[in-house]
Amino acid sequence: MMQEAYIYDAVRTPRGRGRKDGSLHGIKSVSLLSTVLNALRDRNHLDTSLVEDVIIGCVTQVGEQSGDVAKSAAIKSGYSDAVAGVTLNRFCGSGLESVNQAAAYIMSGQMDLLVAGGVESMSRNPMGSDGFGLLGDPEMTSTHRIVPQGISADLIATMDGVGRRDVDLFAAESHRRAAIAQSQGYFARSIVPVYDVAGLIALDRDETIRKETTADGLASLRPSFAIMGEQGGYDTVAIQRYPEVERIDHVHHAGNSSGLVDGASVVLIGSKSAGKKLGLNPRARIRSFGIVGTEPTIMLVGPGPASRKALQKAGMQLADIDLFEVNEAFAIVPMHFMRELGVSHDRVNVNGGAIALGHPLGATGAMLIGTVLDELERRNLQTGLVTLCIGGGMGIATIIERV
Amino acid sequence: MIQYTIDQDGVAILTWNLPGGANILNAASVLAFSDALENALSDPTICGIIVTSAKETFILGGDLKALYALEDADQVMVMGRAIHKVFRRMETGGKPVVAAINGMTLGGGMELVLACHHRVALNDPVVQLGFPEVTLGLFPGAGGTQRLPRLIGLQAAMQPLLLGRNMDVARGKALGIIGTLVATREELIPAAKDWILKGGKAVQPWDIKGFKTPGAELASVDVTFLYAGAAGMVRQQGFGNYPAPNAILSCLYEGLLMNIDEALELELRYFVKVALSTQAKHMIRTLWFSMNKAKAGIAKPHGFEANNVRKLGVVGAGMMGAGIAYASAKVGITSVLKDVTISAAEAGKDFSSKLLAEQIEKGRMTQEKADKFMSKIIPTCDAADLDGCDLIVEAVFEDRSLKALVTQEAEARMADGAVFASNTSTLPITGLASASKMPANFIGLHFFSPVDKMQLVEVIMGQETSDYALAKSIDFVLQIKKVPIVVNDSRGFFTSRIFKTYVTEGFELLAAGVKPALIENAAKAAGMPVGPLAIADEVSIELLYKIFKQTEADGIVQDGPAKDVIFTMIERLDRKGKKEGKGFYDYPEGDKKRIWPGLVDYFPVAAQQPDVELVKQRLMHLQALESWRCLEEGVLRSAEDADIGSILGWGFPPYTGGVLSYIDFVGLPKFVQDCDTFSLSAGKRYSPTEKLKNMAVNGQSVY
Repeated sequence: MMQEAYIYDAVRTPRGRGRKDGSLHGIKSVSLLSTVLNALRDRNHLDTSLVEDVIIGCVTQVGEQSGDVAKSAAIKSGYSDAVAGVTLNRFCGSGLESVNQAAAYIMSGQMDLLVAGGVESMSRNPMGSDGFGLLGDPEMTSTHRIVPQGISADLIATMDGVGRRDVDLFAAESHRRAAIAQSQGYFARSIVPVYDVAGLIALDRDETIRKETTADGLASLRPSFAIMGEQGGYDTVAIQRYPEVERIDHVHHAGNSSGLVDGASVVLIGSKSAGKKLGLNPRARIRSFGIVGTEPTIMLVGPGPASRKALQKAGMQLADIDLFEVNEAFAIVPMHFMRELGVSHDRVNVNGGAIALGHPLGATGAMLIGTVLDELERRNLQTGLVTLCIGGGMGIATIIERV
Repeated sequence: MIQYTIDQDGVAILTWNLPGGANILNAASVLAFSDALENALSDPTICGIIVTSAKETFILGGDLKALYALEDADQVMVMGRAIHKVFRRMETGGKPVVAAINGMTLGGGMELVLACHHRVALNDPVVQLGFPEVTLGLFPGAGGTQRLPRLIGLQAAMQPLLLGRNMDVARGKALGIIGTLVATREELIPAAKDWILKGGKAVQPWDIKGFKTPGAELASVDVTFLYAGAAGMVRQQGFGNYPAPNAILSCLYEGLLMNIDEALELELRYFVKVALSTQAKHMIRTLWFSMNKAKAGIAKPHGFEANNVRKLGVVGAGMMGAGIAYASAKVGITSVLKDVTISAAEAGKDFSSKLLAEQIEKGRMTQEKADKFMSKIIPTCDAADLDGCDLIVEAVFEDRSLKALVTQEAEARMADGAVFASNTSTLPITGLASASKMPANFIGLHFFSPVDKMQLVEVIMGQETSDYALAKSIDFVLQIKKVPIVVNDSRGFFTSRIFKTYVTEGFELLAAGVKPALIENAAKAAGMPVGPLAIADEVSIELLYKIFKQTEADGIVQDGPAKDVIFTMIERLDRKGKKEGKGFYDYPEGDKKRIWPGLVDYFPVAAQQPDVELVKQRLMHLQALESWRCLEEGVLRSAEDADIGSILGWGFPPYTGGVLSYIDFVGLPKFVQDCDTFSLSAGKRYSPTEKLKNMAVNGQSVY
């Protein structure tokens, strides 16, 4: 490594319900992203001419989210013309991929200061509206046995012997934790409010937490993927890859899967010298990261191997990690992770996760960096690991350590 | 071939009238049509063109014979491009072209009418429209996958292209395929002409600048999920074994984003890939050529006049007997249905009335026709009612002494020259014929359950069965519109013998510690309709147990894991099958069946599970090898019969071409090599015959 990559700050919008009645539905993607870029600049008195690149994760790059929204937002926020921008898509891992790429630029010595993050307005740019070649191309789905993610999630639960009650209990706990975190202000350091064009507050707190959620209450929800799986043929497709499975138990539903939300996030990442130049103290350094591919039909089991890879690169053990953020794409994803790695729930998603807070696809990874960093600081702990499962059968992980 | 007439208003009428059979698109007819088209296009006095047929049907498809013979990609491209060129001339030649659809239009015929600017059709249920290509491993490769969605939208086009089912013209009109319906044949040409004379435009929508495929925006969430949904269905139905449906989806997905000319070229490339695939070649051979021969009565010995059955006797009014009476009454044969009691006989007749009631409810049958149908079935408990029957089929329990009694009772009543048939599925015919006064007129007619749906009849020749009896039996099978195959007598004949190897191989795998779900899923992935354990439950494990006992009583030793499984299930566990609610599966009320969790306690699961491909091979290879033995032993008379019998009889996967084509599908040398390997690891039943081994060495194939 030529030099260390440090995190100087992390900012995110609140997450707005990703539907037409969501509070951020009226806000363009570029405006969401511009909101966090503005905040990052303003609260750090950032000389933007020192920022070399803005790397932004965004999954559904269509319409207003197409055409390199990273550069668009940098222009809109009045960042120096010298700042470049790139938008990338690694599905749900996009936001964390941005962080990792920024870190890699620093570590390699090719750059000294970058902004990394993500944006997704799911209410304005629905999943799949880009054509989504992986699932939209019949050759990929039929010949290569790509199934909708919910089928993969239910398949993992079936193979793990995790039942409906188990996933519902996990989901209720996510809401309980998130509700406490919200009421106690644990998210306050990272969240910046979003204003509409009239200058009124559109949203200043995460919108989808329901503290009253219980497993009993969730029990009445219909499984979301049963019809698609049983009548739409995808159970058969998945079972063809996993022929030892007799039948898939459909346990996931809207209440124990990540919510559709709108939001944006950015992280300021730079070298030690860049921090000095800016007069900023680093909050953490990026120890290592890992990216893996896994078998694509089961798709969502990447966090385990990606985390192991990151640990190995850092020369660390699981026990060296104080807190984990494992994206709650579906309840089974963190549950499978905990079981696979032998990590207890009291170190994982301590302030809830995407089941309660929502998962703004491209933005989530960078949001979780801020979330885990805030919590490490609050608890005065040292190390955090962020990991997400990714469509197509991938996993991504990043380890940070407070300095 | 193509009649060319010009009417007083300057409309050219191109009438398809191929010599011989039905109209098809072949090299000669396409050329003749092209010439006629060019005549009309170049004649300044002609204002429009009507395409119609002089036959009862319109055009029934492409030239399968020529296609089947083609072996290289360039040839298929040339053949396809020639058709595209003519169709594009129709579309862009500057004169309105109307199809006047007077009869059934299938495959290439559909593709031709889609290249017309307007379609007028006779509104009659016999005028069916459809793309049956997928049923033969092919797909509409003469523009069908491109013009249909451009005409009616992507979503509406998927089903007709993917499923291969026909539709009537009213449905065609509702979908937007047919523009105008007329009530009588006489109105057809005038209606087509009317469209031309009223200024029908000589341009296709897809040749107008700015054209968009109707329906949802192609780059949209809806269409993404439409493709995802269709791909899932295709995979569920075909388990990825059939190239054609996937190619259709790819043609839609890729082609609709192109202009029509590029899209047609793309479709043709996919068509080449599919048409030259082993699956398509095998399916065409078995399901078209062999099947047509069987349906034409190739199995009938020469020298016998048509000898249709006038009065049929069916003894035993259980499920099989009732079904045979139904199938026979359906074609107007008077069918005496006899059982021991009149109530049993009438219950057998009720089977037909239930089926007819369903059809009336669905609007497929009138009450009048149903009444006439039912009047043909005569339930009785009196043997005297069998007087004068020219064919009697017994369908009583599989019990030799009972069958002997029935034979003698029936023969006393039969007309001169009548034939007696046993619908046994397992008992050798020669033995049963020993109870007969006229063993030369004694034959096996093995129907399949449910008789009203299953097309196959396995005709079994006893040692003394005469060609006369065979000829009459074939006539009967064809008369009731079923498909005959002929086999020589042996235990289980052909179909039951092979089917048994499939089921018992499932037991072998179970006993060897393979996970039950893996066995079942491997079978389905290989294309079998039902896993071996599930099918054992359905036919009843107890029945298999009885057959094993009977076979042992006949002095044949069959010790081994399969027997252990059956005997454990019956003698130790009392799990008899689906009817009793417990077999290899549990059958919880109101829920889907589940593999019985206790099964693994008796047949422990091995720590190391085999690869699914290996399990598939175990289940499939043995069926093929045993069928090959049937051929060598003379139980089978032809590979074609084996292929047809396997597909129609027990649902052997059609993509292979059938159970003996399967050997070629795998490749004979590899098949022999695999069997050699299995004979070491799994048992001698896998030992290939000497002849097969030699064929492998000599690089021969089954066909």
